[in-house]
Amino acid sequence: MSAVAPVRSGARAPDRTAPAVPRRHPPLRRRRTWAAWGFALPFMALFLVFTAGPVLMSFAMAITDLRSSDLRNPLAVNFVGIDNFRAVLADPLFRKAAANTAYFVLVGVPLTIGLALAIAVLLNTGITRLTAFFRVGYYMPVVTSIVAVAVVWRFLLQPDTGLINEVLGWFGIAGPNWLADTHWAMPSLIAMATWRSIGTLIIIFLAGLQGVPVSLHEAAALDGATGWQRFRYITLPTVRPTILFGAVITGIGYLQFFEEPFVMTQGGPLNSTLSVSYYIYNQFGFGNYSYAAAMSYVLFIAIIVLTVLQFRLLGDRDPRPPRRRRAPATPVARQEVGR
Amino acid sequence: MTAPPTTPPTTPPTVRSAVRPRRAKERSIGEARPQVWTYIVLGLGLLVVASPFAWMVLSSLKSEGEIRRVPPTWLPEAPSLANFSDLFARLDFPQFFTNSAVVATAVTVGNLVFCSMLGYVLAKSEFGGRTWLFRLVLATLMIPGMVTLVPLFVLVANIGLVNTYWGLILPFLAGPFGVFLMRQFIQGIPDELIDAARMDGASELRVFLQVVMPLCKPALATLAILTFLGSWNNFLWPLVVATSEEKYTLPVALALYSVGQNQTEYGLLLAGAVVIVVPVLAVFLLLQRYFVQGIAMTGIK
Repeated sequence: MSAVAPVRSGARAPDRTAPAVPRRHPPLRRRRTWAAWGFALPFMALFLVFTAGPVLMSFAMAITDLRSSDLRNPLAVNFVGIDNFRAVLADPLFRKAAANTAYFVLVGVPLTIGLALAIAVLLNTGITRLTAFFRVGYYMPVVTSIVAVAVVWRFLLQPDTGLINEVLGWFGIAGPNWLADTHWAMPSLIAMATWRSIGTLIIIFLAGLQGVPVSLHEAAALDGATGWQRFRYITLPTVRPTILFGAVITGIGYLQFFEEPFVMTQGGPLNSTLSVSYYIYNQFGFGNYSYAAAMSYVLFIAIIVLTVLQFRLLGDRDPRPPRRRRAPATPVARQEVGR
Repeated sequence: MTAPPTTPPTTPPTVRSAVRPRRAKERSIGEARPQVWTYIVLGLGLLVVASPFAWMVLSSLKSEGEIRRVPPTWLPEAPSLANFSDLFARLDFPQFFTNSAVVATAVTVGNLVFCSMLGYVLAKSEFGGRTWLFRLVLATLMIPGMVTLVPLFVLVANIGLVNTYWGLILPFLAGPFGVFLMRQFIQGIPDELIDAARMDGASELRVFLQVVMPLCKPALATLAILTFLGSWNNFLWPLVVATSEEKYTLPVALALYSVGQNQTEYGLLLAGAVVIVVPVLAVFLLLQRYFVQGIAMTGIK
């Protein structure tokens, strides 16, 4: 006993200082991996059941002819391959919905990004007081429930009692019946979506703009650069990653736009505000599960394509043109220095 | 130019801090006058953004006749809370409010716990499959809600969770956005702190609970607010899953009330909109600092 005890305590002491531990427990790395997956487990379990499972099931639906009436006996459905996708792409109503969605995205995303960037730049450079006040004010619509927004905006857009036409009337403009006019319904929804979305982007852009070095602006101003030039050649390149991020999240959101037509126009008038998501929702409602699932996959692909496209257009590869310009410029400079 | 270095070091800082920065700013950026224009433009923009709110609150105090009047009025002639008392008499608002609060609280707690756990290991643990897992989380952000809507509903129906709190909560208990946010934030915590705790023999769980979590308070506050609001305002899923009135959330209740024969009761609708919006706006105004931080955190990368 007396001989054993000191040996044990002697063995414990180096244990605590730990350099020996990795050797005595070679699977430390494996243990870390186990611990890490243990941490990931709850999320993964929920993810597998409530996201991955439904995504696969949706794909299974898309390549079969499942309808709501088949749910009791799902094994009786037939495999139809890409027939649903063919039918979707040939469907005139789907094409209409796709065109509407493209309209919404192509006008809405640049408008939202441009407005948010302009406001963020003004907030960041121009003023010293009330910044927090403006930031909070512009963010208010983001925290507002779409249902309440719909109630209010339906009023604002009303042809004779609406505030918007009243204000237009001050300038002698007779405003249209916004939501009932096939030409104006979509612009109304775009305006509403922009109003709801700029708050988030303003804050994201503000955070990005804080990273633009003031010294660069001062140097450029000393060299006689105008405000626009400084914005174009200093601010814009520095916040490009932030703009990309904003464009990607806005694009993903706008491609799925559903709530605005759902609460405002139900896709009308004459399907002029029918979006892809809304059409999918309707087809689900009619029980055409396979057809709707195929459409949702087309939408998914569109989202991926748009995201990749935005990374190409706005991503890191873009600064190539300046490099090209620089290349011929340097030899000239060297020659001049040589003289 | 030669004089300043010889002067004692105590005087230049006071001179600088008192006078120079202001002058330097005003001169170099040269926007003393443009500032006025900036305020005007921003103010007009804010007016456009905020006037629907102002109009909503003011009109909810008007009578039905005054709301329909042409031309529309701004200030209520005889402000009264009649619309609100009417609305509360017709709809079971305490119930809807409770439902919204229960669901949003549960979803928030779940996201805080599960997302920060995964966010921690994605940021600070070396383990097989980490990159793959992070890519999976990012890819999930791109999946449109419509892809999973019906299979998810079929699933929830099969487990017997339609028209239950669990059916409203479980699908949102751990979202990819929270993982992304927490991972981004935890990455900024110095490795030394975590390694030191590991060296001292702390288990991963202990490192997570006693070292990482206390440092994550700003991120957790942000995630809590964003998740709570997202859940509070969530519309489509509760509309599908809550099939009877005692499980309606506030937006569902108002949406279903505002269609059909009630569509013309403008005063009640506006009062309902105020009831949904004002508590949320109040919370937002109290905690706006965290909103700004959190959104900025995800945006800059």
